Amino acid sequence: MTVASDAFELERALHAFVVREARLLDDMQLDEWEALFADDGHYWLPASVGASDPLREAAHLYDDRLLRQVHIERLRSAHAHSQQSPGRSHHLLQSPEVLEANEADNCYRLRTSFVYTELRGGRTVSLPGVAHHRLRRSSAGFLIVLKRVDLLHAAEPLPAIEFYI
Amino acid sequence: MGDLAKRWNGAELRALIRDNEVHRAVYTDPEIFNLEMARLFRASWAYVGHASQVPNAGDYFTTTVGAEPVVIVRRGDGGISVLINRCSHKGVRLVSEGSGNLGKFIRCPYHAWTFGTDGALQNIPLREGYDGTGFDAAEARLGLARAGAVEVYREFVFCRLNDEGIRFNDYFGESLSTLDNMVDRAPAGRLEVAGGVLRYMHQCNWKMLAENQTDTCHPMVAHESSAGTTVRIWNEQPEGTPKPMAVEQFAPFASSYKFFDNMGIRIWPNGHGHTGVSDSIHAAYSPIPGYHEAMVAAYGEERTRHILGEVRHNTVYFPNIMVKGPIQTLRVFRPLAADRTLVESWTFRLVGAPDLLFERTCMYNRLINSPASIVGHDDLEVYERAQQGLQTGFRDWVNVGRLFQTGEGTANAEVVRGTSEAQMRNQFRAWLRFMAPPQELAP
Repeated sequence: MTVASDAFELERALHAFVVREARLLDDMQLDEWEALFADDGHYWLPASVGASDPLREAAHLYDDRLLRQVHIERLRSAHAHSQQSPGRSHHLLQSPEVLEANEADNCYRLRTSFVYTELRGGRTVSLPGVAHHRLRRSSAGFLIVLKRVDLLHAAEPLPAIEFYI
Repeated sequence: MGDLAKRWNGAELRALIRDNEVHRAVYTDPEIFNLEMARLFRASWAYVGHASQVPNAGDYFTTTVGAEPVVIVRRGDGGISVLINRCSHKGVRLVSEGSGNLGKFIRCPYHAWTFGTDGALQNIPLREGYDGTGFDAAEARLGLARAGAVEVYREFVFCRLNDEGIRFNDYFGESLSTLDNMVDRAPAGRLEVAGGVLRYMHQCNWKMLAENQTDTCHPMVAHESSAGTTVRIWNEQPEGTPKPMAVEQFAPFASSYKFFDNMGIRIWPNGHGHTGVSDSIHAAYSPIPGYHEAMVAAYGEERTRHILGEVRHNTVYFPNIMVKGPIQTLRVFRPLAADRTLVESWTFRLVGAPDLLFERTCMYNRLINSPASIVGHDDLEVYERAQQGLQTGFRDWVNVGRLFQTGEGTANAEVVRGTSEAQMRNQFRAWLRFMAPPQELAP
C-alpha cells in the first residue's frame, strides 16, 4: 500500500464513522450510538456562537457517559410524557471534512455540515449546523472523545430538542 | 383600545377569577392577553435585568416588558435608564435585539435623530426644517418614552412602565428577602450575571410558567422519567462511587409528596411567594471546598449560618420572574402571545465564591432549563397539552383549589403547606388587582 492509498483509506474510514454515527441516531439504535463514545467522551451542544468553555458558559447539553445513559433510558420510559407521541429524527449531512488525522498523537478531527430535523407530535423543527468530531483510535475502532454540535441557531430561542443532534 | 376597555371592566374581570377556579379565557383569549399587556405589565413592577449587564457608561441591552420593547442603558452619570426602544421620529427600533455599547448618544439609523442615554432628544440633522411647523407641540419633541419608574435593588433592575402607580417597596415588601439572601450568599456581597443565557420557546400562556414554579404535586409525576431514571441508574453504580453533581441536581425532583408538603410555601401580597420555607430540593447539595471559609471570613460564623440556612426553592416575583437563590439562577417569562412565551434562564456568579459554585450553577441551568433538558421536556409537554386542552368549550374552568382556606391571603408572609396552590391563587388576586382599568386601579 502506498502512503497515498493509506491516507485515502483513513479518510474513507473517518467519513464512514461520521455517517454511521448519524444513521444510528436516526435509526434509534441509541445503545450502539452511545458505545461510540470513549469512557471520558463528551457530547456538547453550546448555547452561544464561538463558545469555548462548556462548564462556565451556557450550553444546552454537556453530557458525559452517565448523562447520555440517563437521556437514552428516559426515552424508553413509559412515563416520558413528551414522547408519548414518539418523535423521529433525520440527519442530512454534507460530506465530512477531515481537519486533522494525527496517528502519532492518536487524534482525528472532522467537521461536518448538517441539517437536523426532529418531528414530534406533528411539529417539525429543522436546525442547520456544523458537527465537530474529535476521535481517538482504539482496538475496537474509532471512539468519540468530543462531539461538539454548533447550531446556526445556538443562541436563538429554541423549542424542545428531544434527541441528540 | 376603548372598546376593549369597556368590555373588560373590573366586574367582568372579577367574573373570571373564583376562589378555587379560574376561567380558561385568562390563558387562551387574545383580548385578555392584550389587556395584560396594556394594564398588568404597565401597572406592576417587572424585572428587566441586572446592573452587572451594563457596567460601563453607554452599555445597553434590550428586552421586553409585556409587549413593550425596552433598552436598558447605563448613563454617564452612573444611573440606569429604561427607555422604550422606539425613535420619536418615525418609530424605528433604535437598537436591534442584543447588547453592546452605544457611546454617549443613541443615534437612529434612519435619519440620525440623536437621543441622550436619558432619552432626551439631543439633535436632528437640518433641524431648521422644523421651524414654524408646530414641532414644539409635536410628540416627537419629547424624545424617547421611558419607564415611569426605575428601581435598582441590590443591582437587580426593575421598572414600572406607568408614570403613576404603586411604589417599589409597597409592591414587593418582604419578598425582597429572597434577593437579599441570594446576594448575601456571595462572600463579596455582590452578584454578576455570567455565562450567558438559555432561551426556550414555549407554546403556552406565560401564567402556566408562573404557576408551575410553586406546583409541588407535579415533579414526582411529570419528572418521573427524568429524575426517576437518574435515581435508578445511579443506584446501579458500584458502591463507593462519588455522587456526581448531576445526580445531586436531578434526583430531588423525584422527592415525595410528604417532602414537598413539609417544606411549606410562603405567600406575600401582590402575587409574590416561594416554595421551600423549611427545606428544598437545593438543601442537600455537597459542600463546595473553600466556600464556607470564604463566607465566615466575610460574615462571621453566625451570620453565615443564618444566610446558608435559608434554602428557598422557587420565589415568584409576579408577574415576570422566578428566582432560585440557593443555586443562583433566575428565569424570566416573556409573554409573546396568549399561547406563546419565551423563557430566558440566567446564571449568576457569587463574587468571592469558589469557581466550582459557578460551575454548579451552570450545570443546574443546563440540566434543568435548557431546551434539551429531559426535565424541561415533560414540563413543556404538559403546558402545551394544557394550552391545547383549554381550547375546548365543553369545560370552562381551571381548578386552583388545592388546600384552599377561606380568608387566605389576608395575612402578610403567610406560611401554608407545601402542596397548597395558595401561591397560584395569590398570583390571581394580584392579577385582578393590576388588571383593573386605570380609573379603578387602587394606588
